[in-house]
Amino acid sequence: MTDQLVIALLFLVNLRMFATSRLDSLIRGVALQAFLLVCLAVVSREGALSWEGWTFLSVTGLVKCAVLPVMMTRALRSAGIRREVEPLVGYRVSLFIGLIVTGFSIWAAAQLPMPDGAADPLVVAAALISMITGLFLIVARRKAISQAIGYLAMENGVYVLAPALAVHGPLIVETGVLLDVFVGVFIMGVIILHIRQEFKHIDIDRLSELRD
Amino acid sequence: MMLRILLFTPFLAGLASLGIASDRVRRRLITAVSFFHLACSLALWTAGLEPTAGRWLGLDALSLLFLLVTSALFAASSFATVTYLRGHELPEERRGRLSREAVFTCSMLFFLGTTTLAILSLHTGVFWMAIEATTLASAPMISYQRSSRSLEAAWKYLLICSVGIAIALVGNTALAVSIAFHPATYGLPLTFRGLAAHAASLHPVWLKVAFAFILVGYGTKMGLAPMHTWLPDAHSEAPSPVSALLSGALLNCAFLGILRTNAILVRAGIGDYSNGLLIAFGLGSMFLAGWFILQQADFKRLLAYSSIEHMGILAIAAGAGASFGGLLHALNHSLTKGALFLVAGTILGAYHTKSTRTVTGVIRVAPMTGLLWIAGFLAICGVPPFGTFVSEFSVMTVLGANGRWWSLAIFLLTLGIVFVGMWRIVIPMAFGRPPESHPSGAPVRFLSVADVPPLALLCVVLLLGVWLPEPLTRLVTQAAAVMGGL
Amino acid sequence: MIADFFAALFGVTLALILAPFLRTLINRTKARMAGRQGPPLLQPYWSLARLLRKGAVYSTTTTWMFRAGPVVTLATMFGALCLVPFGGNPALLHFEGDVLLMAYLLALGRFFTILAALDTGSSFEGMGANREAFFSALSEPALLLGVAGLGAITGSVSLSGIYGRLGNSAFLGSHLPAMIFILAAFVIVYLTENARIPVDDPTTHLELTMIHEVMVLDHCGVDLAFIEYAGALKLWALGLLITGIVFPVSTGSFWLDAGVSLASMAVLQICVGLVESLMARLKMGRVPLLLGIAFVMSTLWIMWVVR
Repeated sequence: MTDQLVIALLFLVNLRMFATSRLDSLIRGVALQAFLLVCLAVVSREGALSWEGWTFLSVTGLVKCAVLPVMMTRALRSAGIRREVEPLVGYRVSLFIGLIVTGFSIWAAAQLPMPDGAADPLVVAAALISMITGLFLIVARRKAISQAIGYLAMENGVYVLAPALAVHGPLIVETGVLLDVFVGVFIMGVIILHIRQEFKHIDIDRLSELRD
Repeated sequence: MMLRILLFTPFLAGLASLGIASDRVRRRLITAVSFFHLACSLALWTAGLEPTAGRWLGLDALSLLFLLVTSALFAASSFATVTYLRGHELPEERRGRLSREAVFTCSMLFFLGTTTLAILSLHTGVFWMAIEATTLASAPMISYQRSSRSLEAAWKYLLICSVGIAIALVGNTALAVSIAFHPATYGLPLTFRGLAAHAASLHPVWLKVAFAFILVGYGTKMGLAPMHTWLPDAHSEAPSPVSALLSGALLNCAFLGILRTNAILVRAGIGDYSNGLLIAFGLGSMFLAGWFILQQADFKRLLAYSSIEHMGILAIAAGAGASFGGLLHALNHSLTKGALFLVAGTILGAYHTKSTRTVTGVIRVAPMTGLLWIAGFLAICGVPPFGTFVSEFSVMTVLGANGRWWSLAIFLLTLGIVFVGMWRIVIPMAFGRPPESHPSGAPVRFLSVADVPPLALLCVVLLLGVWLPEPLTRLVTQAAAVMGGL
Repeated sequence: MIADFFAALFGVTLALILAPFLRTLINRTKARMAGRQGPPLLQPYWSLARLLRKGAVYSTTTTWMFRAGPVVTLATMFGALCLVPFGGNPALLHFEGDVLLMAYLLALGRFFTILAALDTGSSFEGMGANREAFFSALSEPALLLGVAGLGAITGSVSLSGIYGRLGNSAFLGSHLPAMIFILAAFVIVYLTENARIPVDDPTTHLELTMIHEVMVLDHCGVDLAFIEYAGALKLWALGLLITGIVFPVSTGSFWLDAGVSLASMAVLQICVGLVESLMARLKMGRVPLLLGIAFVMSTLWIMWVVR
């Protein structure tokens, strides 16, 4: 029952991310999404966690819910913008696309052959929708920071796909993945800073000098 | 032991370079580490080859081949890197520890380290980590100049490749799920070799899902169409030695991941599915590259599209079962493309423009550079007696032998289109009257220092076209066996 | 059967008597939150009585539609009231598919209100009618989808059947987390249908900002009494739909069920009062987004229960 509650909240958070224009609420959304997904990873796992599993989960939670959002908020402040005013796909359309995507994820998750010990297909659906939310943000938004947030949302979704399908990777690999995501967002933040310094805006759609 | 030295040296050197204040020392460090890396790789080759079977890292014929190519390219381009850094020095107050150049050096060395890690990794997860790390290590290098174009290129590169690699992670998870359906494979460690050995017990639906995601994911990194959109920008806006490495070394690493996954599917008996996908993506890439080459006005972008085309050829080779030809082509292409980018760098340094219309008469301004430019063009288009002709011909033979006539037809057609497209750009650049900034009466050096590495690389490619030394044939054959799933 | 009939009759009578009191609850809550004492407890009754004694003035531009509006509104509202189950017992009228009848009765009432408003020929009323039509068109799918989802869980297409079986916790218990969705949708629809903040401010005196109030601006006397009473009945009827989900009861004892229903109704009105005190009215252009959210919530609810 707890995992279902978390998944219901996750649907709401993801839909919020589809429909919001305020960038700080987008960052809060992705932090909340990470938190809910970490909870889901705990709840949908069969059997108890070793102490190293707990340490790793808490580190993941700390990085994804606290450190990275703080980094992105700083990048946002330095960029000096608050809202994504002209996205490539309007907000109402985005909300309905989000709705269709939720339905699609629930359907698709039910079609996959599940291994024994896998959690409810709804958990896989939750992972899928987080991934698609991230992908949508990258494709349909213009500001570089929205795209970075989309990347983080996508990685959040992929992260929970493993426990949802009862796959437990070795700790070293999971740590490596977390490290990569952390450094990736860090470098993205640095490049956003440079873009802002050079262009005075972070509207990726206007960066179109390189074309064929 | 040697593997660990090989792996850790670049990382340690990279960290050290952040703390080094002197530019000269840092540049020497790049060259030193690159050659040390090459020496270690050669030592591993001559020491004979028993595949090591560690849990995370190991060496087999396939990885040794790619390792040698990577080391050779790093060593060859290290001189050009130093020249580039010397030519683009920052004002006094920005030098020293943690300066932009120090970060560049650290990124370059980390790039070497992470590509080595990718090549040496036996575990799907470690491989993924390494490939993502190569993206992260190379992004700061692309935006070194912090010009508007390079920032745009770096952002696109970072974002698109990271997204692609995240998709590949889904594929990894799918691979991990596929082991959970048969008692024999519960708890199997996710090494490429282990999965290939037990391939028959893996769940076919999940394997197919995994391959699709991994092909799209690592294919983004490799530059297969339609996920290639970052490649022309990144490879043309990066500093030329970095472009050489990106085209010559990094694309191969991504290809390695696809190859090893394909081997699993072939062993599981669903090779038709994966081969079909590979050939489809390969043909698409070749065709798209040919299309865009015809319209190019920037010679580095031209080379980037040529990389896309050759990655298409590699994908077709993997899909058609032309393992020997494909691997030989990977070797030839990397060396040739590396040489071409280095020459392009020299031309850019002399003319200060990337426009194909403005650059003319290279052969008069810098004769050796012009000669190398033409030779490189011939090599990359698969003209005999260069090695690329042998490898492409071998791939075509296998295509014909398997009855894939349509694929063969498109293959040949695209090669023709690319040849014409490149001819129209390269020949006017090499010949013709030099522009006013380089008057014809000025003294001209036949061979400059910058020409030596590309000359060496192209000579090797020429050599490979006429004579394949026995140890190399043995290595490529063994690697081809690994590719086929043994 | 007979017992059911009398129980339902009792429920309807209770509604007819107590409906205006709901307004009191809301107004008192608002007043208390504002630090005031608030109007007397029976104020809505006194004002209804006052209005019934008054005469009316009819504009010469209006026709029979203007006079018919309030009558039809009250009649349809009464009909809808007869369809809504009270206290876990079947309603006065129940048959398969009475959900649709209820939706249509509400729509019919609204239609005649809009007609009456347009009949006056005044631009303010026209504006209000336009907004009312638009917002209700957006909120109706949310309501219907939500009830359809409930019908899917309980396996019945009749309001009485649905709410009767909801008392059996097996149905709702397994979908507990998804209740967030349907409650959010229904609460938004409730606030819209009854013209409460954040959709419409019932105490505003500026015609440009009115939605519901402006349509009844020209009515007075008995007509206005009918309209206000119908509004109160609407609060009651739609409120029963919500409390039936939040506090589904079938303890077997009729008086206990009735008591719980009444108490939960009171809680709902207090909550409405709190929302009215704590929130400001939304910008008119944002209301469709709010209704869109209600629709999205209903769709999520349906997707959840039929997966």
